[in-house]
Amino acid sequence: MGGNGMSAQTDPRHLPEHPDWLWRNPDPKPSYDAIVIGGGGHGIATAYYLAKNHGMTNVAVLEKGWLAGGNMARNTTIIRSNYLWDESAGIYEFALKLWEQLPAELDYDFLFSQRGVLNLAHTLQDVRESTRRVNANRLNGVDAEWLDTDEVAKICPILNVSPDIRYPVLGATFQPRAGIAKHDHVAWAFARAADRLGVDFIQNCEVTGFLKDGARVVGVETSRGPISAGVVGMAAAGHSSVLAERAGFRLPIQSHPLQALVSELYEPVHPTVVMSNHVHVYVSQAHKGELVMGAGVDSYNGYGQRGSFHVIEHQMAAAVELFPIFARAHVLRTWGGIVDVSPDASPIIGQTPVENLYVNCGWGTGGFKATPSAGWTMAHTMATGQPHPLNAPFALERFATGALIDEHGAAAVAH
Amino acid sequence: MLLLTCPWCGPRDETEFHYGGQAHVAYPATPADLPDQEWAEYLFYRDNAKGAFAERWVHSTGCRRWFNAVRDTVTYDVLAVYKPTDPRPDAAMAGTSPETSS
Repeated sequence: MGGNGMSAQTDPRHLPEHPDWLWRNPDPKPSYDAIVIGGGGHGIATAYYLAKNHGMTNVAVLEKGWLAGGNMARNTTIIRSNYLWDESAGIYEFALKLWEQLPAELDYDFLFSQRGVLNLAHTLQDVRESTRRVNANRLNGVDAEWLDTDEVAKICPILNVSPDIRYPVLGATFQPRAGIAKHDHVAWAFARAADRLGVDFIQNCEVTGFLKDGARVVGVETSRGPISAGVVGMAAAGHSSVLAERAGFRLPIQSHPLQALVSELYEPVHPTVVMSNHVHVYVSQAHKGELVMGAGVDSYNGYGQRGSFHVIEHQMAAAVELFPIFARAHVLRTWGGIVDVSPDASPIIGQTPVENLYVNCGWGTGGFKATPSAGWTMAHTMATGQPHPLNAPFALERFATGALIDEHGAAAVAH
Repeated sequence: MLLLTCPWCGPRDETEFHYGGQAHVAYPATPADLPDQEWAEYLFYRDNAKGAFAERWVHSTGCRRWFNAVRDTVTYDVLAVYKPTDPRPDAAMAGTSPETSS
């Protein structure tokens, strides 16, 4: 990130020079070996690993808006891998291991902070499911602990652990290696590294159709003209169904608004990440000082990047119940993204019914944490034509075979 | 918050309702004969329209009856509401309705 060396006293008529761009802004070439549709975190990471792991550098990422301006700019930045099922633990824990090495690998400090995640239990059933998940996590090599109420209070002193509240905190699971990272900077770090390897990031370029030779995709129609491609990968999150329809197949996903909010800036009061499935809110405090909160999706299908206010009211009520000191905090901003929810709350990564066309979608409310492994496995699938062992269970075919990976509720948070 | 008009009770806040997803999904006529892929499509595949979408709602804290609505999934405008026994209104599906509200 280029500095300009100018002081605040500089003559305001002479603005400082713009910092160095982190990536070029090229026009599309007529042809690429691989095209990734969608310049969010997953698309950018896919391009990075195509170049780094597979030596494919004649690659373009096509983004209809600006880079990392969709869900990558809207998530609540939580990173964890404490999922119940083996398949999920595999792909999320691989992501967490990559997160631990990426700041050095990408030479970019995106404020990855392993401050731990508490998943609260408020009922006897919660306690049983939580202890089961801790054991499942440990068997899969994922760090996990069960904490009683007193231990929870030691880790997060501002949490209301009174036995007299409607849903008392009976304990929590704790993953010490979990945490948060600065989402925008994650995208920029991947994009800068991929750009240096030769990847073209093409913004303001919407894919409007697919070029086919029989059953095989050979390129895309875009708002900036046709571009041919050896292989094409879709990483379009909430718009995956729209793209699939243009390619001539269906996906079993539904697009919903997912809202989040931040407070004004406060001094550090919240040392970890707290998630509660039962009263349904998750809260952390960003490095700059905002309290960042999120919860579940709005119930209805929606592409509007906004939801209903009662959903925000509900999550704030839950937050105030758990953190009484938040009662006088002010909401600074609320927003929404469009998330692609699959029937089993697990992603779909793999081949589509169209030859040479691959899809990465269905991450629903939890895609940010998987950015590195989604990119890694999608790149492997596109480059070799075969799924990586980590994403093989997440193929589209599972909805016909019945081999679902049911993370609804099992994933430590409702979707 | 959406303002939804229950065909039996009139306009009510969204918080009185629960969502039921895509409308007009018929149970397979010959379920025993369905291949796996067609079962998958019945169970798991739903339209995910960007624009006019026929969907089901239930008035949970009111009359507790189901009804259908055509709603624009981008503007969230409710273009039509109708009883489950009524056909899908073509005009609303084309995105035009004098009943448009927001």
